[in-house]
Amino acid sequence: MSMPNLRVRLFGIACLAMAIALPFCVSTYYTQFFAKALIMGMLAMSLNLVVGHGGLVSLCHAAFFGLAGYVLALLSPRYDAASLLTTLPIAILCSGTAALLIGALVLRTRGVYFIMVTLAFGEMLFFFFHDTKFAGGSDGISINIRPEIAIAGSQLLDLDKPMTFYFVVLGFLVGVIALLTMVVRSPFGRALAAARDNERRARSLGFPIFRLRLTAFTLSGALAGVAGYLAAAQFGFVAPQMLGWHQSATILVMVLIGGLRSVTGPLVGALVLIGMEEVLKAHLDNWKLAEGLIIIGIVILLPNGVRQIWSMVFGASPQRAAEIKPAAAEARHA
Amino acid sequence: MHDIALRAAGLQKRFGGLLAVSDVSIDIRAGEIHAVIGPNGAGKSTLINLLAGELLPTSGEVLLNGVDITSLSPDRRARAGLGRAYQKTTLFAQFSVHENVRLAAQARSTAPLRMFGGTRCDRPYLQLVTDAIDRVGLSARSQIIADKLSHGEQRQLEIAMVLATNPQVILLDEPLAGMGPSEARGIIGLIASLKADRALLVVEHDMDAVFELADRLTVMQDGRVIATGLPQDVRVDPGVRAAYLGADGGIA
Repeated sequence: MSMPNLRVRLFGIACLAMAIALPFCVSTYYTQFFAKALIMGMLAMSLNLVVGHGGLVSLCHAAFFGLAGYVLALLSPRYDAASLLTTLPIAILCSGTAALLIGALVLRTRGVYFIMVTLAFGEMLFFFFHDTKFAGGSDGISINIRPEIAIAGSQLLDLDKPMTFYFVVLGFLVGVIALLTMVVRSPFGRALAAARDNERRARSLGFPIFRLRLTAFTLSGALAGVAGYLAAAQFGFVAPQMLGWHQSATILVMVLIGGLRSVTGPLVGALVLIGMEEVLKAHLDNWKLAEGLIIIGIVILLPNGVRQIWSMVFGASPQRAAEIKPAAAEARHA
Repeated sequence: MHDIALRAAGLQKRFGGLLAVSDVSIDIRAGEIHAVIGPNGAGKSTLINLLAGELLPTSGEVLLNGVDITSLSPDRRARAGLGRAYQKTTLFAQFSVHENVRLAAQARSTAPLRMFGGTRCDRPYLQLVTDAIDRVGLSARSQIIADKLSHGEQRQLEIAMVLATNPQVILLDEPLAGMGPSEARGIIGLIASLKADRALLVVEHDMDAVFELADRLTVMQDGRVIATGLPQDVRVDPGVRAAYLGADGGIA
């Protein structure tokens, strides 16, 4: 193993150790706060499979996130807990299927048209939940009792305890990171990146571009479903805003802050954005203005995302540096 | 294996009112280099795009080893054994030489879209990648990002990528375009070495190179084939001399 690679692994292990130690060091409020931030990080990482690795800017990602939340809300009995082991797979299946259907239509367009058509489909789902009464309409619905993890009636984990819930989220997060890392490094992931770099050439080599992108889009939607389910379970409430384009844009900002070219970059982006909001809200009345200025500053100064700080501090290997530079050029063109 | 690797019969392509390719039939034999020449606007590039599947013909058919591939998409044709290099260099500009060629080989491997396992495990196609890079003479440059290569090296890489897909038929669109004489020599030698077990169709403007390489020659003008046959026959064809070679200053 090369030295930079070893350093990256050690850094990853250190981060995980910190994440495990965190709930023992902070108040319950911050345990819940970080659980929420990690869920949003998971969501941003799932979007980045399509945006960063696939080169497709999607504005309907929140739809898959919100849909999974609604699935949990609709499947939860009023006075009883839903079983996570059955409702989570159903939620993932619903989000994945929605992504498959929407993807099969929108992936026939390119560039700006792709962005607009994904926006249209996202809004369609938003207004479906907003303007019909079956799922609470614009008021949303409450999930009175959190889902439980139980086998044959005996509860394994109590999700009502913030610390337990935090560790369940962390477990899913590690799983999502492992899955995305594997996919990005696999022949599939390389082919997806090749189609991003030069679609025409990738096709003439024999890669089925549409199938490649549809698979990535579906997987991305299904993983957004995991995040949506966990978010709904944490808040105990879903509303149409969860599916709206405003939410989609926020996830996109997390991806841009964190950087497009890595798996965990968007997670860092989510933590930075949510952490920044928390600090600014506490100290400023016009916090949105300050937030906007800081985001503009980050995008201008760190075109490859805040993860660039890592390579500035520790020095990048020549290969990574070579990969980073064209990415920056591309970001400026976009 | 069929003697005729790629056959086009009665190909026609209409862009609105313009007939870009009209009733073109061409047979490309295994083990031969078939050159297509003609003045600008003769329909050569359209013909290559029709053969590669980037354009669908208005009428006519394309057969690869006797199998009708007229309605197949470019990626399906590539998997069926048709490789092409573009007139304007089109590479994965941000990837290294090795990764460019590896992707080409991956596209033709048994599981091109496998989602687990890295790309470095001992795959049979990795040997194919090294061989293709060696063959075009880029071994020393395999870790360089494609964008940083010289124009000539990028053309070499184009050919390495085609080789890595292990095609039976190779379509080369102006492989010598924009190249200096010394760079061109290397590519000409490389192209000549490719025909041993494959069929090649080369569109090229450099007449010296065409007559050096071609086993068979087709001359196009205004979307039609005006002569086809062995180079020495085509060279003395009165129609060709009048229509094309004569106007070009003569090469006899």
